[in-house]
Amino acid sequence: MGFIVFLLKRILGLVPTFFGITLISFFVMHLAPGEPMSLQADFNPKMTPEMRQRLRAQYGLDKPLYVQYSRWLKGLVHLDLGRSFSPDRRKVWDKIRERLPVTILINVLSMLLILAVSIPLGVRAAVRENSLFDQVTTVLVFLAYAAPAFWVALLLMLLFGIEWNLLPVSGLHSLMGYDQMGLFEKVVDWSKHLVLPVFVSAIGGLAGFSRYTRSSMLEVLRQDYITTARAKGLPERVVIYRHALRNALLPLITILGLSIPGLIGGSVIFESIFAIPGVGQLMWSAVMARDYPVLMGNLVIVSILTLLGNLLADIGYAAVDPRIRTGLQEQE
Amino acid sequence: METSLSSTPIREGKRWQKTMLELCSNPLTVSGLVIVGILVFTALFAPVLAPYDPQRIDTFHILEAPSSAHLLGTDGLGRDCLSRLIFGARISLLVGFVAVGIATAVGTVLGALAGYYGRWVDSLIMRFVDIMLCFPTIFLIMAVIAFLEPSIWNIMIVIGLTSWMGVARLVRAEFLSLKKRDFVLASRICGASDLQIVFGEILPNAIAPILVSATLGVGGAILTESALSFLGIGVQPPTPSWGNMLTEGKDNLEIAWWLSVFPGLAILVTVLGYNLLGEGLRDFFDPRKKR
Repeated sequence: MGFIVFLLKRILGLVPTFFGITLISFFVMHLAPGEPMSLQADFNPKMTPEMRQRLRAQYGLDKPLYVQYSRWLKGLVHLDLGRSFSPDRRKVWDKIRERLPVTILINVLSMLLILAVSIPLGVRAAVRENSLFDQVTTVLVFLAYAAPAFWVALLLMLLFGIEWNLLPVSGLHSLMGYDQMGLFEKVVDWSKHLVLPVFVSAIGGLAGFSRYTRSSMLEVLRQDYITTARAKGLPERVVIYRHALRNALLPLITILGLSIPGLIGGSVIFESIFAIPGVGQLMWSAVMARDYPVLMGNLVIVSILTLLGNLLADIGYAAVDPRIRTGLQEQE
Repeated sequence: METSLSSTPIREGKRWQKTMLELCSNPLTVSGLVIVGILVFTALFAPVLAPYDPQRIDTFHILEAPSSAHLLGTDGLGRDCLSRLIFGARISLLVGFVAVGIATAVGTVLGALAGYYGRWVDSLIMRFVDIMLCFPTIFLIMAVIAFLEPSIWNIMIVIGLTSWMGVARLVRAEFLSLKKRDFVLASRICGASDLQIVFGEILPNAIAPILVSATLGVGGAILTESALSFLGIGVQPPTPSWGNMLTEGKDNLEIAWWLSVFPGLAILVTVLGYNLLGEGLRDFFDPRKKR
């Protein structure tokens, strides 16, 4: 019961955050100088002031901002994100929907990679504090923190794609002969294309998470109950993985939730470098065309994903920490 | 009213010496300081250090591999990469300082307000912080930059305005614990105004963590700038920045590896320098690590 109440509270708490995000983005975007019209109008000698005015009216840009925002919100409530300003005038949701799966796939894969690699790495580094292993991982972490991910992407493309010719460097699948491939070959083809993007978008997280795991583990290993567990004569493996790691993972869950915006934000860069037709690329072209509805739609989708990620983190937290599940923490 | 008990001025010099010694005993801090020092030096003396004019186009020497004439090769317009790299240091230095300065100022003021006044001021500001933290900031930056003219000043302002949340949280936490201390109470009894208490009493005691987080923030700001410049919405060519040099590297990836390798290396080393310095300062200010 307590868990359901907790969950409802969290979900309700997300609502104002969500509207805050839409409000800020809407106003920031519209208050900035320049408007979609100028791109179409400035280079068109036949454009008269009246025509420009008519275009503005057609897109609803002649109304005061708060009217535009409330109109946009009304649409959102009906799950309608409006239509793109681009000449095709397609529905924003359709544009996003066809690109969303790729972006989510890459982000989920890199999240899994991050967890699978950084947690064991961090634990090992903490258990053997100051050992050679610890020092080497620390150096690697520092380097990974400081390296611009898009540059690492370039280097990997240079090595794997051009120098050794091992992996494809752009797109999601081969352009030639893709249709003739069997299912298995298609999967292999996709995986080959995804290796570099997934790895590159995971780099920052790999560094951050192994660092956090390490320091969190070090903190826990100093606690009395670990000494107790050891004194009981439990095997070291059990002490580390059952007693220590469980507690060390708690703060990590929150960090996991907080790292989602950065991970998704990175998509813009990786999708641009690796020519992957995902949401990031859509966002990019919308920015270039000053396509307000697509920009807003993108922001909405991305912030929903982020908030969902945070919610999942909260649930995960509750699942492992009974104090939160039973609401004990709020009584203190 | 003069409340400060003047510290013994005779030992001021000694104390300064001791602080420097302690700072320099940490290899992290020293290597960070050296790297940042080199960056500052390069940026300041770029015209002297650069062997060529970074903007000079030389159509006879396009995309030449590193040689003794052009140590890091030339780019697609025959410009000397080393010279462009050296001038690019100016952008990095500037972005680091200005963007982080803005972020630190905004974060400090908002965090101080939240921590000092508490109640609804606190909840309002912290809610705002939560919203900003949930924001995939690069999307917001891109949206804003696309509408503004992409110039280095706009970039720095936008990066600053989207990265103050960490500082705000930190300052708030410091204020929450510091405002209940006796010395704050004492100065209030002496009739100090809120402004005096916030800036004269509490803030000076919160400088250390702010300094650490600002130093660590510089690296992030430089990385963001380079990513934006790489995408073409940051510093605009022909002004050389490490990010926009990498764009050219990407376009010539198959024929000119040097265009991709060196600017990135410069970013890596610079960010590493600031991060090392930040970590070193963190250790320095951490009372638990004092020997």
